[in-house]
Amino acid sequence: MRTYFPRRIQIVVQQATRLTAFGMIALVGWYPCASALAQDPDDEQMREGPLPEWMLIPAYPARTTDPAAVERGRKLYSVNGCSFCHGGDTRGGDGGPSLLRSDLVLGDLKGERIGKVIKNGVPDTKMVAFALSDPDIADIAEFLHSFKVTGGDPARNKPPSIVTGHPDAGRSYFDAHCAGCHSASGDLQHVATRFPSARKLQQRWLMPQRGAVTRAVISAEDGAAQSGTLLALDEFIVSIRLDDGTERSFERRGSTPKIELHDPLAAHKALVPTYSDTDIHDITAYLVTLK
Amino acid sequence: MTRTPLRVMAVAALAGAMTLAPLSSQAAGPDASVQDAWLTYSGDFSGKRYSTLTQINRSNVNQLTLAWAARVTAGTLARAGLNAPPLNVGGEGDGQLYSAMQADIRAAILSVDGKLYFSTPDNAWALDARDGHVLWHYFWKTRGGTHIGNRGLGKWGNYLYMETPDDYLVSIDARTGVERWHVVIASFEAQYFSTPAPTVIGNHVLVGTGNDLDAPGMLQSFDAETGALQWKFYTVPMNPGDPGLDTWKSLDAARHGGGNTWANGSYDPETHLYIFGTGNPTPAYFPGLRGNGDALFTCAMIAVNVDTGKMAWYYQTSPNDTHDWDSAQTPVLANIEIQGHVRHVAMTASRNGYFFVIDRVTGAHLVTGKFSSTANWARESLNANGQPVRNPAKDHDIGGALVSSSNEGAANWLPPSYSPDYGLFYVPVAESWAMYYQAETDPSGSMGLGGKDELGVTTSSFLRAIDPKTGKIAWSIQYPLGNHLANGVLTTAGRLLFSGDTSGNLVARDPANGAPLWHTHLGTVSNAPETYLLDGHQYLLVAAGDTLYAFRLYQ
Repeated sequence: MRTYFPRRIQIVVQQATRLTAFGMIALVGWYPCASALAQDPDDEQMREGPLPEWMLIPAYPARTTDPAAVERGRKLYSVNGCSFCHGGDTRGGDGGPSLLRSDLVLGDLKGERIGKVIKNGVPDTKMVAFALSDPDIADIAEFLHSFKVTGGDPARNKPPSIVTGHPDAGRSYFDAHCAGCHSASGDLQHVATRFPSARKLQQRWLMPQRGAVTRAVISAEDGAAQSGTLLALDEFIVSIRLDDGTERSFERRGSTPKIELHDPLAAHKALVPTYSDTDIHDITAYLVTLK
Repeated sequence: MTRTPLRVMAVAALAGAMTLAPLSSQAAGPDASVQDAWLTYSGDFSGKRYSTLTQINRSNVNQLTLAWAARVTAGTLARAGLNAPPLNVGGEGDGQLYSAMQADIRAAILSVDGKLYFSTPDNAWALDARDGHVLWHYFWKTRGGTHIGNRGLGKWGNYLYMETPDDYLVSIDARTGVERWHVVIASFEAQYFSTPAPTVIGNHVLVGTGNDLDAPGMLQSFDAETGALQWKFYTVPMNPGDPGLDTWKSLDAARHGGGNTWANGSYDPETHLYIFGTGNPTPAYFPGLRGNGDALFTCAMIAVNVDTGKMAWYYQTSPNDTHDWDSAQTPVLANIEIQGHVRHVAMTASRNGYFFVIDRVTGAHLVTGKFSSTANWARESLNANGQPVRNPAKDHDIGGALVSSSNEGAANWLPPSYSPDYGLFYVPVAESWAMYYQAETDPSGSMGLGGKDELGVTTSSFLRAIDPKTGKIAWSIQYPLGNHLANGVLTTAGRLLFSGDTSGNLVARDPANGAPLWHTHLGTVSNAPETYLLDGHQYLLVAAGDTLYAFRLYQ
């Protein structure tokens, strides 16, 4: 669920997620890239401008809970065996349903709804009745309400190393496909030390972000050519920054003026559809050895 | 099959539907007709976004000029003073939350009887369609909720209907902007949020909702007069014995299975069927808690009888989706000759990269085409029912799986259009690649959208025409440097196609091949263009962020 966003907003969202605690704002989770980047603190792509204040508003505010009561509740949850069926993280398992997403728990304030189920059990299920006092039930409720109620709780994210490939195979691939432009002893010397995060290194070799400036040569009808870095291009206009810093734009009418683009990422873009996941993992496994 | 009968049929079909409405809806006036007005989210019930107006056409489109522009201010920041329009305030919140949210108009704009009605999250406006001046502004004090967008208002006689991010249906008097009533439509605690434009059919106000937290999808019908619930249809099994339950690991899994209803459907007055798309199953990326079944009726096109709320048929466009690629696109209804027979069809270009043509009376599959050349998440061959078959190796991976499309999808809710003149289906398309990483050591307990990280690699953007007879792409133009989906499409009997590109241009094109015929740069185009006829002038109307622009021929 969640729908597509205009690019402009995506950028803001991604920054918003980074600037605030995960899940603090309404936008989190709309565009998964936002949550992804939020969990990749060393990722620096697409940082831009200050955020409108409204974007910092929590859509579904976390509940305020009393730490002492939460701790008492945690023990009661464990001692009474709740975790056997509902999981230590309350997300359920084969034995019992997730409590975190349960309507009953979501609609409960201080144990008044949860308590009825604990005291009476649920007929025809494995949920038996527990003889617990009201204060104990209130503590268990407080424990349940202390979890962040969201699909993407970063507390759960303990990504293992993403390096799963074979460096030798990666080296062979590199020699065959990449060595025309790159060299392990040249531009990629010590590349692994420049990217402490293997995941970021992988993203960057798949599609480098920095220095990826497209050059454009614009030839007018009279034959005069101007070249510079490409700033904008659509069906109706092209604009460039000349080497002296001047910005120039040209109206496009069909094939006039003639535009020649030199995209330094063209080779990377052309390779994308050709990679197998194994190729990617192998190349990364090789590149992380270039320390 | 000739063009004229099709148009007549379309008009007749809508006229038939309108007779279901009470007398008060005739207040639209004797001069209004289907072709002059924009009465629903899609203009009419068919989802075609095809207008029969011809005043603006191939011979004069280059004479379009600005008629007026109108900027609106959301929340309580609207200026006060002598000429300020009346501001009416309602809502259950404290009035502060989102009161400073900027208007970003992503809504359909109703055009009725010389007035325009539209919305952004928590806000509704009425404008004079002749010059764009604001007649009234309504602001809803929210409790919160996901403020991603609002797709517009529904209208029944003198009354408007709006859904809010904190899950209320609000009825507003269209003449004054004063609230009549509001009712709760979903649980805020379960983190529902509501974005669609209510669809009014007879006295039924059809309401869909969204959710990212494992809550069940539902379509509800409320009484247009009183706001009382008429029926509620769940898109996933909720009780023992419900159809589709065997496609879930357990009843609890099904009851938390998603399939939300956050985009508008279309309506076939002949069969009384409301046809709509459902969202992804939850958990979205890791089926651990829900099992490896098809997860019915998520990621499906569903037909529900508006009088009873009962499902007539379904067709699942992504069995057991594992990429959060909702099928919540607005189906497009048309009558098309396929293999020698005129079929009454419902069409959709799904977020998963495949285009489907379904018999809208029976739900039978007719045509599948792949409109994203890069989509790599499914096997080469379709199954016997024309459905793509997921390749689990392209779900996600600890080391990352290179998947096309990214989460944005090959298409999304952005409205497509169908022109009976050309027999083509037009849709904004993205061909994108992203790395899908497994982000939890043990994702088996993941819920909602959890457990996965996704990092983009590269994206290209297109406008494409699909031939529904074959599912093949008739033409495709690429937006240079475009790296996201462009907005939706309008076609007209003036032999024109209008849509925003990815650079902020509003462009008129030749529907036969996509060649540009006219354009103007607005900076952004935030909804699908619309058109209406007033005082003998055909207007072209489009939203650009907080501003509406209306164009007509220079005279």
